Amino acid sequence: MSQPPRTLEIHSSPHIASGASVDVIMRNVVWALLPVAAFAVYSFGLAALFTLAVAVLSCVATEQVLCRLAAAPSTVRDWSVTITGLLYGLTLPPALPLWMVACGGIIGVAMGKCLFGGLGYNAFNPALVGRAFLQAAFPAAMTSWTPAFADGRFSSLPASTFTFPFAAPEYDVISGATPLALMKFEQQLTASGELLLGLTNGSAGETCAALILAGGVYLAARRMLNWRIPVAILGTVALLAWGFNLADPLHYPPAGFMLLSGGLMLGAVFMATDMVASPITHAGCVVYGVLIGVLVTVIRLWGGMPEGVMYAILLANAVSPHIDGLIQPRVFGTAGGK
Amino acid sequence: MFSLRRQHPSFAHGIHPPEAKDDTKDLPIKQFPFAPVMIVPLQQHIGKPALAVVREGQEVERGQLIAAPDGFVSVAMHAPASGVIQRIGLAPAINGKMGPAIYIKPFAGSSQEVAEGTPCDLDAASADEILLAIQGAGIVGLGGAAFPTHVKLKVPEDRTIDTLVINGVECEPYLTTDHRVMVEQPQDIFTGIRYLLKVTGAPRAIIGVEANKAEVAAALRDAVPADLPVSVAVVAVKYPQGAEKMLIRALLGREVPSGGLPSDVDVVTVNVATTAEIGRLLPHGRGIQERVITIGGPAIRKKGNYRIPIGTPLRFALEYAGMEENLSRVFLGGPMMGQALPSLDIPITKGTSGFTAFTTAQTSAPGEYPCIHCAYCVDACPLFLNPSQLGLLAKSGQYERMADEFHLLDCFECGSCSYVCPAHIPLVQRFRAAKTVVRKRRAAAS
Repeated sequence: MSQPPRTLEIHSSPHIASGASVDVIMRNVVWALLPVAAFAVYSFGLAALFTLAVAVLSCVATEQVLCRLAAAPSTVRDWSVTITGLLYGLTLPPALPLWMVACGGIIGVAMGKCLFGGLGYNAFNPALVGRAFLQAAFPAAMTSWTPAFADGRFSSLPASTFTFPFAAPEYDVISGATPLALMKFEQQLTASGELLLGLTNGSAGETCAALILAGGVYLAARRMLNWRIPVAILGTVALLAWGFNLADPLHYPPAGFMLLSGGLMLGAVFMATDMVASPITHAGCVVYGVLIGVLVTVIRLWGGMPEGVMYAILLANAVSPHIDGLIQPRVFGTAGGK
Repeated sequence: MFSLRRQHPSFAHGIHPPEAKDDTKDLPIKQFPFAPVMIVPLQQHIGKPALAVVREGQEVERGQLIAAPDGFVSVAMHAPASGVIQRIGLAPAINGKMGPAIYIKPFAGSSQEVAEGTPCDLDAASADEILLAIQGAGIVGLGGAAFPTHVKLKVPEDRTIDTLVINGVECEPYLTTDHRVMVEQPQDIFTGIRYLLKVTGAPRAIIGVEANKAEVAAALRDAVPADLPVSVAVVAVKYPQGAEKMLIRALLGREVPSGGLPSDVDVVTVNVATTAEIGRLLPHGRGIQERVITIGGPAIRKKGNYRIPIGTPLRFALEYAGMEENLSRVFLGGPMMGQALPSLDIPITKGTSGFTAFTTAQTSAPGEYPCIHCAYCVDACPLFLNPSQLGLLAKSGQYERMADEFHLLDCFECGSCSYVCPAHIPLVQRFRAAKTVVRKRRAAAS
């Protein structure tokens, strides 16, 4: 017979856990984003690599420094700020001056995340807060695009990348208009196949819809992403675009183009699904997704800008707590039950 | 996410913790030896403590009444062994407080025969007489709740019970007592059902068994006597399928109202081991002085199912079953809903369906993250509560709002939300604290 232990640990039940962990979820989102990031580097070369690296570093460093200033334990190891950095970098024009990349990253994490109390308390997707800041501060630089698959993209950098802070960036002669801009300003349609495979110009990580979808499917299958959000967004956009295109094919692009162009795929799969800034119930997520879909369509078709995904998601982020206030699960054994 | 495995009926939501029953489910029930001293607490049930009817120094026989019920919500206690009443005094209880108990020192050379009492004749007894016999036999819910069974069976005047549900689900990991009772005591179960059908007036009974015990269900089905209106239903393996609201939903598609009882949907549920005890004891006029428990978990050497005398000190039981060196936690019941023991000096009571012991390595608690609204808990809660919201409100001390707007008091602490939480937030612990405060405030206000 063995001796009983001298000390017993006590803890409130349950005493076992599923093993799910915030850092594991966050890390998996990073894994899902890596192919997208790799394709960005492949199509835009060193410019995208530098942009992504500075984006991630500025975000992570900001969170680390602010935790230190707040005399709080560092939270960079939960990997959420790495996602923010990667996502933020993927939404930027590949040749954006690096000092602007750093500015947006610092603003996004400081104002979009840490100011609210860090992970779990951010009302808005921090990556989009950073991007929105850049869009407002440097509208010209944020709409200057480099062509994809340019020769020498792995050996030289665009002149704009190393622009001295606060100096006006210089762009190479050949610039690459995005499919959305071509549509909006020149009524020129890009083929869906090219959009799916990422053969077009655009923000670093938004061009290849297929890789973005693959990452989304991976995360949804692992229950690390609520598939109802992208499905509701894409479904709404497709339905509205199909309707308008049917009514007036000369002015409105077809549904396939609307779905695959611009930042919609990246936004629907990776941005709108930020768990913290989206509603908690499935029904709420559908409402939230439909709202984003409607906003994206409205901004794209009638707004002054070619793209509207970022503002649509930020607006829906703001509405998300109110959706939660209105839509709660129906409690077992209350009205509505059998 | 997708309901591909929905062959058997179940409830919505819920979780799939490891079942961990393979170690003990095939081990026959063995008689546990008598401890040198037994401690029989006078309160092993929900309600008023029983009143001791023996004196210090008195000799008692095994099965003899030693404490009588004090009022309706109270049950009798019987001597777990022939021996001498050593003293009547305070003993440590699971809640950390001291409570009155009878200490019995068994006689070393006694045959430990249990005498026959006055039988409760199934055909002759009225429903009320059967209820009295159940109270007199000291029967409480053996699934763990320890609520006096006769109180549960007292159906409100205005309700007609159409189904008696016998709960043989046993969804708590590691526990296999109900499993073994169903394998070894089918006739006791059927006899118990006869008493219960008579008491409740129900025209039929359904025995609900989880699909991981399908062969047990099949054997039970084959053994049902021709004249007994009993069916055996297999329900999906899912936690907490054994909660009565979940089982009723799975078997009958009915939802017990929030804050209500099964009788509100014309159902009475009784645990299968409780049913077997009624069938085993009432025909002989005996009382509960032992029960079947599972002793399991990674830190136990001789895992098994035992018929153990009520009042056996846990320390004795653990030493008999053998412990691993690095045992660090003992839970009364299983790891999902079982309470962690602060001391090994408490006795096995009627509500103890088993105990499980873990080593340090298996139970190291990870650090807590902020809630990221992942909604895993919302998808897990069998009652469709919003544990995430409740957790945030608890953190800011808004207990009243939790109860008034978010149905805090419906929570039965199954632990599904805490189990799935990737932020490792001790949700159930916070809800328990909040419920205690709300109940105290409400009691003080009324």
